[in-house]
Amino acid sequence: MPLRRTLVAALTAACLFPPLAGAAETAKLTVTGASTLAPLVSEIAHRFENANPGVRIDVQTGGSSRGVADVRRGIADIGMVSRVLKPDEDDLTVNIVARDGVGMIVNTANPVDPLSRDQVIGIYTGRITNWSQIGGPDRPITVVNKAEGRSTLDIFLEHVQLKPTDVKAHIVIGDNEQGVKVVAGNPWAIGYVSIGTAEYHAQAGTPVRLMALGPVVATTGNVANGTYGAARPLNLVTAKPPEGVAARFIAYSQSPAVHDLIHDQYFVPAPR
Amino acid sequence: MTSISSRRPAERLFVTGLGLCGAAASLTIVAVIGVTTVEATPALSVAGPQAFLTDDGWFPLSGRFGLMPMILGTVLVSLGGLALAGPMGIVSAVFCNHYAPAAVATAYRLLLKALAGIPSVVYGLWGLVTLVPLIAAWAPPGASLLAGILVLALMILPTVAVVADSAIQQLPPALHRGGAALGMRRHTIAFRVVVPAARSGLATALVLALGRALGETMALLMVTGNLVQYPSSLFDPVRTLAANIALEMAYAQDIHRSALFVSGLVLALLVAAALVVAEVLAPDGTRHVD
Repeated sequence: MPLRRTLVAALTAACLFPPLAGAAETAKLTVTGASTLAPLVSEIAHRFENANPGVRIDVQTGGSSRGVADVRRGIADIGMVSRVLKPDEDDLTVNIVARDGVGMIVNTANPVDPLSRDQVIGIYTGRITNWSQIGGPDRPITVVNKAEGRSTLDIFLEHVQLKPTDVKAHIVIGDNEQGVKVVAGNPWAIGYVSIGTAEYHAQAGTPVRLMALGPVVATTGNVANGTYGAARPLNLVTAKPPEGVAARFIAYSQSPAVHDLIHDQYFVPAPR
Repeated sequence: MTSISSRRPAERLFVTGLGLCGAAASLTIVAVIGVTTVEATPALSVAGPQAFLTDDGWFPLSGRFGLMPMILGTVLVSLGGLALAGPMGIVSAVFCNHYAPAAVATAYRLLLKALAGIPSVVYGLWGLVTLVPLIAAWAPPGASLLAGILVLALMILPTVAVVADSAIQQLPPALHRGGAALGMRRHTIAFRVVVPAARSGLATALVLALGRALGETMALLMVTGNLVQYPSSLFDPVRTLAANIALEMAYAQDIHRSALFVSGLVLALLVAAALVVAEVLAPDGTRHVD
């Protein structure tokens, strides 16, 4: 009788707490680094935690450099780095999760196509102020720029080799969606957004047209395969080749199971 | 005797409860100001407080922290919105109380309350997709001080109208009857007797609306263009302090983040200044009414 009762209790417990019955794994991962990657990695971590009870993942921002420094000092298990690693960072193991590319957008009513890199620089520094100067109609150009700290601003400025103080804008926006709405509502505006956002809206019928920043056609495909210039990799780095929970988390971040989360952030999943 | 002694502990409990609620409310404000100040300290000590007033331009990542264009932008948009919505709101309250038939007044009050409940992002979206393109067709880039003033006026109009309406409703009916007995015309009663008598309530309506205007974020972020500059006309873009925080906080780090808390602190000071001015212009009290 006592034996049977114990058995019943054990079975009940097993049903109530299945994770305890299976191979319970309790681990804590600390992930620090780029604020560009943090929202995506937080979402992935959330999903990973649900699938692996007992695992806690703590995501903190502080910039790519902090991600590198923290994994080197062992403070973090995984670092988030939103750029190509520098030559002196080759001691780290790099795992690319996604890529982020920037393309120019104009209204579909605007006939000017294509734009050279020099013309884009001219427009953003105030040297070209009217579409007639570059083969369009006689309309003043409305220049749309991003707010300080946004990663698309960094990619854009890096690609056109401008300092934040060089840009002479008319409108400053926050996120990609706002950029699309501004350009959709103003036929003579020009802006830049993540290619994922622009492609989505162009296909959905929003009156915006995506133009390349550079010689390669701006498509998410060209961002994914790395041929598109104004783009950068979003990496997870570790001090040593990852193992255990860290390795599983990185593999999960690179798996198709999180592609929807990557698309939600308007990034492009990177081919492995 | 028994009734008094039994009431006293309950009374004491009640008073204690009131005190605690009051303390919680005021401590929250103190805590918010405290946290903002602590977070703003790194930027204030690295750049120096005067940098925020005298620096040319706002490039926090390059060490330039000029807030003056945004302070001016915030004040211009708010006062512009108030200049439009204030008189309209007060006149609509007078209309409700002295001109409209009862059924119309009831329907109108309901409509105003519904308008007051619309989230600001909806006004912002309307401004972005309708108002800004309209202005852009006329004077590019469209996103401008004017767009901000118009959207803001629309947003704070219900606040002014609803508060002004209840201020006028609360006046003693004797005022109105006295005016009528003296043979005054309806508009004389409304604008010479009722409006002056409700002065302090109407001032409250304006101050509440101004407070909302100064702190309004999302709608203005979408329509004012957010360019940090001194506007030279109504068609120039401006950035407000609240929009500055919302635009940059998500990705700001270290000194940049701290500088955004300075924006918040300055915004709190602006709201406090508005309250002080209102108190001086229309001291609280009902002595005009008796």
